[in-house]
Amino acid sequence: MVHPKLLAAALAATLTGLFGSAAAPGRPLATPKPLFPVTIEAANGRVTIPRRPTRIVSLSATLTENLFAVGAGKQVVAVDERSNYPKSAPRTKLSGFQPNAEAIAGYQPDLVFLHPGGGEIVTQLRSLGIRVLQLPAAVNLSQAYREIVQVGRATGHPRVAQGVVRSMRSRVNASVTSAKRSGSGRLAVYHELTTDYYSATSRTFIGQVYKLFGLQNIADGASGAGTGYPKLSGEHIIASNPDLIVLADSKCCRQSYATVAARPGWQTIKAVRNRRVIRADDDVVSRWGPRIVGFVRTVAAALRSAP
Amino acid sequence: MTPPWAFAALGAVLVALVAGVLIGPVDIGVGAILRSALARLPLLDVDSPLTAAEDAIVWELRLPRVVLGALVGAMLALAGATYQGVFRNPLADPYLLGVAAGAGLGATVVISYGPIGADGYLLPLAAFAGAVLAVAGAYVIGRSLGGERTTATLILAGVTVAAFLTAVQTFVQQQNSQTLNEVYSWLLGGLTTGGWREVALIAPYVGFSSAVLLLHRRALDVLAVGDDEARSLGLDVTRTRLVLVGCATLGTAAAVSVSGLIGFVGIVVPHLVRLAVAPSFRVILPLSLALGAAFLVLADVVARTVLAPAELPIGVVTAFIGAPFFAFVLRTTRHTP
Repeated sequence: MVHPKLLAAALAATLTGLFGSAAAPGRPLATPKPLFPVTIEAANGRVTIPRRPTRIVSLSATLTENLFAVGAGKQVVAVDERSNYPKSAPRTKLSGFQPNAEAIAGYQPDLVFLHPGGGEIVTQLRSLGIRVLQLPAAVNLSQAYREIVQVGRATGHPRVAQGVVRSMRSRVNASVTSAKRSGSGRLAVYHELTTDYYSATSRTFIGQVYKLFGLQNIADGASGAGTGYPKLSGEHIIASNPDLIVLADSKCCRQSYATVAARPGWQTIKAVRNRRVIRADDDVVSRWGPRIVGFVRTVAAALRSAP
Repeated sequence: MTPPWAFAALGAVLVALVAGVLIGPVDIGVGAILRSALARLPLLDVDSPLTAAEDAIVWELRLPRVVLGALVGAMLALAGATYQGVFRNPLADPYLLGVAAGAGLGATVVISYGPIGADGYLLPLAAFAGAVLAVAGAYVIGRSLGGERTTATLILAGVTVAAFLTAVQTFVQQQNSQTLNEVYSWLLGGLTTGGWREVALIAPYVGFSSAVLLLHRRALDVLAVGDDEARSLGLDVTRTRLVLVGCATLGTAAAVSVSGLIGFVGIVVPHLVRLAVAPSFRVILPLSLALGAAFLVLADVVARTVLAPAELPIGVVTAFIGAPFFAFVLRTTRHTP
């Protein structure tokens, strides 16, 4: 059996042979630095991209949003069925959950963006000679920022990507500061994913957003459930008496202040009495793209509003 | 004369109901709950020691959930026992003739195409209608295939209808992938969000079906000896079977419409009674009703406390407790199932 590291080294050597030196060691730094070739540390190892990709396929809604945000939209030829933003993205029937190598290859991509999962798809695509960039799911904002920068570098838009991240960072910070100044620190939040009370703990990406505000997450007590997405009991939600309720099931399950207020016993909850019930876009809060900034501002506005 | 098992069954139901109200993920003292119960009675001058939130938890969340669990559990176990008798098939469960698939399609259609905010009443109604129509379809197909082999053809017709409806449901679901979440969480079932409204919705159906089924418990014993023998004893086999299947379906459809699909209750409880008490339907039917209620209420107590403040899907509990317990009973009894 061939050792995987040897195999990787051989592969790297072949790639270098084919496409020229990736890291260009020892060469004096030229100005301006050429954008390609570029090497990305991805979940599927170091991936070297020899030249600006022009036929990109994205199998992740978050990565699609990132690609368009960094200005690589014109290089994208196909996105998966879940990539519903931005509207101009070339949405197809491709599945990101059960990716089909043959269907993807049909678009003749020179770079495929996807998330871990989906079985053997990376191996299959590589055996078809298609370059793959597998980026992990972000669990906090810094990882989300890093991913945007990586997408920018991989597509030849590093400057725009850095600008996007800089602007996101400053807007998020401004929102958080404004909310904290009005004393959001001791408030409790309930993030609702489904109408049968699945929620998200502080270990999740969206939970990290609430943590920025210093909010107590009422799902954290249930983090023993393991996944970071426990199914809470209704009794616990009422007893925890959250100050803020965020409905991430507003699109899927049409939840709103009215439907929440109509639930038996929920009128005793502070968030309901003070009408601090936010309808979040299900897609925005389950991804980690640039649109999360808008959500952060909504939360900040709700926290600033005097009860 | 009332046999001793009747008292035992009643006791089990009472214990389950009381435990269901007293035990929950939020710790509220037993004394406080009892005083709050007294405070709700007229003419008694007792102040409730509960806060508004605790009061809501006990009387608007726990109690209706316990009552709903009892109704659903009773109905599923009774319907399961009836199906097993009618079809002389120990593996028959309340979902045998397509109730689950029909209800699933009804719910999926409302979730996908229904008007906004109509879920409250429209969803249970559609699930109910889907379930009843599915079984009616299976019955018509089964009957049209010939009278002699009625039970076997009926089961096959049920399987066929269920497969077809499941395919349609999956197709609708795929066309509306944004609704996947809601459909899935409905299908998984549970009593999580059940309130008094759900209790009021299904109580009439469960009450009516249970009454009719219990009145026919002797007819089930006659059916058990075979169609020809039953006819020679003067039973209108076709009509009796239609009434029994119709009522079991009506009640199951009502239960499913508010609780989604909860497995194992309808199959394990009747067998427990048959093995542990008596193989006669005169005993199996009323006992299944009572023990089904007690079993589901207690299973729900486990579901909402064992991981508190998180909750387990109730189907996990019914199978996790039910299966080993059933295996134990099988081992320790000498009756054949």
